[in-house]
Amino acid sequence: MSALIKLENFSKTYRTGEMEVHAVQSVSLEIQSGEFVAIMGASGSGKSTMMNSLGCLDRPTSGRFWLDGVDIGSLNRDQLADLRNKKIGFIFQGFNLLARSTALENIELPMLYLRPSISTQQQVERAEKALAIVGLGNRGDHRPSQLSGGQQQRVAIARALVNQPKLLLADEPTGNLDTQTSMEIMGVFQELNRSGMTVIMVTHELDIARYCKRNVIMRDGRIVSDTEVLNRHDAVEEIKKLRLEQQAVQLTS
Amino acid sequence: MIIITTIRMAIRALQRNTLRTLLTMLGIIIGVGAVIAMISIGNGARAQIESQIASLGQNVILVMSGNFTRGGMGMGFGSAGTLTKEDFDAIGREVIGVSGASPEVRGNAQVAAGNQNVNTSIIGGSEDYAVIRSWTLTSGANFNDQDVRSANKVALLGQTTAATLFGDGEAVGQIIRIKNAPFAVVGVLGAKGSDARGNDQDDIIIIPWTSAMKRITGGTTFRSISVQAMDVASSPQVQSDLNDLLRQRHRISEGKEDDFTIRSQQEIADFATASTKVMTVLLGSIAGVSLLVGGIGIMNIMLVSVTERTREIGVRMAIGARGQDILLQFLIEAVVLSVVGGGVGVVFGVAGSYAVAKTQNWATLVSTSSVVLSFLTSAGIGIFFGFYPARKAAQLDPIEALRFD
Repeated sequence: MSALIKLENFSKTYRTGEMEVHAVQSVSLEIQSGEFVAIMGASGSGKSTMMNSLGCLDRPTSGRFWLDGVDIGSLNRDQLADLRNKKIGFIFQGFNLLARSTALENIELPMLYLRPSISTQQQVERAEKALAIVGLGNRGDHRPSQLSGGQQQRVAIARALVNQPKLLLADEPTGNLDTQTSMEIMGVFQELNRSGMTVIMVTHELDIARYCKRNVIMRDGRIVSDTEVLNRHDAVEEIKKLRLEQQAVQLTS
Repeated sequence: MIIITTIRMAIRALQRNTLRTLLTMLGIIIGVGAVIAMISIGNGARAQIESQIASLGQNVILVMSGNFTRGGMGMGFGSAGTLTKEDFDAIGREVIGVSGASPEVRGNAQVAAGNQNVNTSIIGGSEDYAVIRSWTLTSGANFNDQDVRSANKVALLGQTTAATLFGDGEAVGQIIRIKNAPFAVVGVLGAKGSDARGNDQDDIIIIPWTSAMKRITGGTTFRSISVQAMDVASSPQVQSDLNDLLRQRHRISEGKEDDFTIRSQQEIADFATASTKVMTVLLGSIAGVSLLVGGIGIMNIMLVSVTERTREIGVRMAIGARGQDILLQFLIEAVVLSVVGGGVGVVFGVAGSYAVAKTQNWATLVSTSSVVLSFLTSAGIGIFFGFYPARKAAQLDPIEALRFD
């Protein structure tokens, strides 16, 4: 079986004025279907560029990138858009939901850009199914402002799932959330991964990375470490622990 | 992407900032409204002038005292007073192909009948005047050549004058006093309505020119002489004969300019329609400028909107929107803005024309073509001025757009 993601001497260079910034330098990497990878690194390490590149928002400056067997470098803007639409689900740090639309409408958004298009009824059905998967089945008609941060991120995950992508890409998915909500969101990812979804996330929190199966650490545009996670956190267990700790605090005080 | 969904999306986006949307639309509303109102005012004026010229009579040639082609504005209609009674007699005697001729003198006078008293315009003409000017008679009869020769005190009353002086009562046979001289009413004229300037054409009294010059206007010259040719074919010949005759009579040597002006009804009609056309175009283009400004307003607001929603555009692109999807989204937003504005503008424009017609007593004519045209123009403006901002949005780099805050 060929890898879902295959990078070969992948480089990405930006030009800011006179300066050339080598954001990612000659990276080779393979990620198989079903993996759960955290890409980590300090700011400026190239992890965001890596994320944008894996998300097909951009083409490599040099080197090759195959996603699900498709050579990304050979695609034009529209083909890249279609590929993102069908194969990638994006989850952003700031959720990036449309404020005036309901949760369900937000989830329907990627289906608007499906080619060929599907019927409105199908869209609603699929959106409701995605919402149920993230455990918000009864909140479809709520607007983002009526939902908590964790719930908003769940809506964003549902939006990412709705076109049945091959890959979920999450950019600091817990960056705006408190500890317990972060654990819950990681629980959603673990659940999705368990059912076969490939998940790649960018994070700078070691704690969060321990929920993943594989950690890739970047520095100065290169991969400096690529390890399997031992003693992996399980979200359900961690939340239980947290609850017990909270109870203990309440009992002693 | 489905168009209907996009339109729904556009409407929701526009509802996000209702005040801004309304203000942006206002530009288009005023533009479209102004275009429709102005064109209907212009068309109304034209229609009225055309009907008025038709009421001037068939195959009528107007000989006016003074030369308009020379002096421009300074030489007013009839100011030179070069047309005399002898000229008029000579026309009747010497020009062939003439079916009727009448001089015209005008003046205003106080007219009384019983306890009613009005100031109205008095027109002095020959027995042919009413016929040449297409006046009909609703009761009584026209005065005859004998009345003109003897300067008899007889009068034809316009509808308005008759109504003012006698109400519903019978006017024919009654006596009116014009500048205290008693005149017998011999006939009442049919209604003509108001002219292009809103003057009531029926507020007149027609009397023999001899009586008019003697008792009302004084003087010895006419402001104009109307000549009616027998038919269309003889009209040019009559016109040139008139010219020759008057030049000869006024002893105007070769190379000198006429001291009179001859216009056929057709020439007057052409001139009047041409000038109202110019007016319509002028009014329409001034209004069109405001439509253009409205369009620029749309472009401005769409540019602001694109900048404000950069992140949203980034998200849409990340989840698979193509450039053309984004382009369509913003273009449709601009078109919805302009089309709704255009629709409201049509309502205001039509209402405005009726309001002008009612309050100013101007004739207005709302033409379907001007409504359709300005509505389509507003839609076109939406596309034209919406395109640049929409393209700007479509060409955003998704990575940059996502990073924007």
